[in-house]
Amino acid sequence: MKFERKDILGIKELSVDEINFILETAESFLEVSTRKIKKVPTLRGKTIINLFYEASTRTRTSFEIAGKRLSADTINISSSTSSVVKGETLIDTARNLEAMNPDVIVIRHSASGAPHLLATLVKQSIINAGDGAHEHPTQALLDMMTIKEHKGKIAGLKVAIIGDIEHSRVARSNIYGLSKMGANVVLAGPATMMPRNIEQMGVKVFNKIEGAIEDADVIMMLRIQLERQKQSIFPSLREYSQHYCLNRNNIKMAKKDVIVMHPGPINRGVEISPDIADDPSFSVILDQVNKGVAVRMALLYLLTGGSE
Amino acid sequence: MKMLLTGARIIDPAQNIDSRLDIFLENGKIAKLGENLSKSLKLKDSEKTTKIIDLAGMILVPGLIDMHTHLREPGYEYKETIASGSAAAVAGGFTSIACMPNTNPVNDNRSITEFIIRKAAEAALVNVYPVGAISTDSAGLKLTEFWDLKEAGIVALSDDGQPVMSAALMRRAMEYASSLKLPVISHCEDTNLSADGLMNEGYYSTILGLRGIPNAAEEVMIARDILIAEFTGTPVHIAHVSTAGSIRLIRDAKKRGLKVTAETAPHYFTLTDEALQSYDTNFKINPPLRSKQDVVAIKEGLADGTIDVIACDHAPHGRTDKEVEFEYAANGISGLETSLGLSLNLLSNKIINWPELITKMSLNPARILNLPKGTLETGADADITVIDPQVKWTVDVQAFRSRGKNSPFNGRKMQGKAILTIVGGEIKYDGR
Repeated sequence: MKFERKDILGIKELSVDEINFILETAESFLEVSTRKIKKVPTLRGKTIINLFYEASTRTRTSFEIAGKRLSADTINISSSTSSVVKGETLIDTARNLEAMNPDVIVIRHSASGAPHLLATLVKQSIINAGDGAHEHPTQALLDMMTIKEHKGKIAGLKVAIIGDIEHSRVARSNIYGLSKMGANVVLAGPATMMPRNIEQMGVKVFNKIEGAIEDADVIMMLRIQLERQKQSIFPSLREYSQHYCLNRNNIKMAKKDVIVMHPGPINRGVEISPDIADDPSFSVILDQVNKGVAVRMALLYLLTGGSE
Repeated sequence: MKMLLTGARIIDPAQNIDSRLDIFLENGKIAKLGENLSKSLKLKDSEKTTKIIDLAGMILVPGLIDMHTHLREPGYEYKETIASGSAAAVAGGFTSIACMPNTNPVNDNRSITEFIIRKAAEAALVNVYPVGAISTDSAGLKLTEFWDLKEAGIVALSDDGQPVMSAALMRRAMEYASSLKLPVISHCEDTNLSADGLMNEGYYSTILGLRGIPNAAEEVMIARDILIAEFTGTPVHIAHVSTAGSIRLIRDAKKRGLKVTAETAPHYFTLTDEALQSYDTNFKINPPLRSKQDVVAIKEGLADGTIDVIACDHAPHGRTDKEVEFEYAANGISGLETSLGLSLNLLSNKIINWPELITKMSLNPARILNLPKGTLETGADADITVIDPQVKWTVDVQAFRSRGKNSPFNGRKMQGKAILTIVGGEIKYDGR
């Protein structure tokens, strides 16, 4: 298969074949990270810019490591404030970066659609590393890779995503990806965290965690952002954790071999109890992080013409 | 200056006229309307002083009136000026426009109103009627001096774009304005409900990850203003109606005999929120583009008279306002030059007929704003729009007279446009 895309903006646009191809390519890169010398010359002479307009530790580091292990030159531009506050527009920043001839620009932005704007402006490949509440395609790809490794398949699995779906780009990308791959995706959270007409994405919605995690093969917990309390999305962390925290007690409703995932960073004791998060018989959270590097290596490789 | 316009189909809903007639203009007024005027007027001797224009195949109507525009001057001249907005208006077939007060400074006092009127007179293209602010700086706290503004020349009151969130202030505004016969135009949006929303709340906001503006944000305030109108017995005009629920509320209020009038804009019966999938900021407006069901309801409202007026909410912006992330982009469409073309689709789709269209684009806005316009009666101002209903054209924003090139309709194929715009008996736009 030849990978034809210029950009990776979302899972929505990807076909099942493309997703499988990315995951297979990622498999072949897993091994590199286990070597003593964790470096291959594949992208020597290529330049990758990580343009991060939003705070990120995991994703930015993961992209940087992925680029470096492929011998690309990686440059990080972090701005805690938006381009508007900074005084230069995203369009001007993009044109300036384009003039320096990088090969790939990885962008994270708090505004949904910012990577799409960038992609229309510059000739370089764009990878969306998370845009607003829209998509986080590399997270969904690494999640699918993790599920595939632990379950041997994705089709036919029941996957429960729990928490603040409304504000979650991880949820949207996973709903697209997992549904395409044949999983049965269910959601749970209070009605204030469910975006309107989400059922039209082909998912079932529960207001209580129990209905969603019953017989689940995979449980994906989302981070609860403390500042949402101010917007009256929920009354208190105390009440939220009493009803939506995944713990030793309610996890019994899921399948015995259920795996527990979390895109991080975890609020221990809010959406997930510490003993579940740390229990290797359930938790694959750190495995997700590990897969993240391989998936990002695969995308950088494919977008720079690796499949030709 | 005398002018004889011959051979057009003349539609004047005010006089219930829809037939092939000639019209004679003299001294800026409509002097005569009738058959074969060239003979009866014995023009042969005076052909040199009378301009005769053959308009066979054309539609001739009372000058179109857009009661909801933003001319941006003073304060935002890079978006639009009174002169450039006036030029856009005549090119779009409009002979009169009302301009909203959200300039900088806000049109909340006599000096700003006088400035706008003076600038409009200098441009000398179109009749410009300023709308004054309801509250000082449109801050929603204190009423402006309605009498003073009226004497200076405003024709209506509105805090457009900055909805009056206090029901108590709105009540007082409607009561006080009614004693002056000044219409109050309400931009209905509960800003607590719309919050920092970016588009219609529904399936598309969900998949695009853009914060939603629920239909209820509009409907809650329409319901409120209808209740205030009922309680005080005063009129209210609802601006840019966009939802099915709003149509229901207004239809019900009219049935109950309340003095409620309403307008919608061409984009609300042309586009849905599905169009935002490209994150193209030209589709970002407030109220936002709604769902298919809402568009159907708006068309029903146009057909049954719930919607009295089509006004385009002309909201020109500079490139810097729109060429940014969707979240940061300004709301609005530069609409004056596409409004008629889009509205003509209502005819081909059999939603309304010609007289109904002209009623909504000329007679009704004149009546609501108490303007001596919107008719071709003898003695009326010679404000006339001539429409070629057949001509095919393509929207090209670079050819806009407006400084605002922000249109989601760029490249759209249209049929029918204004080819002659006459204001006060003078040709101000000739697109033949």
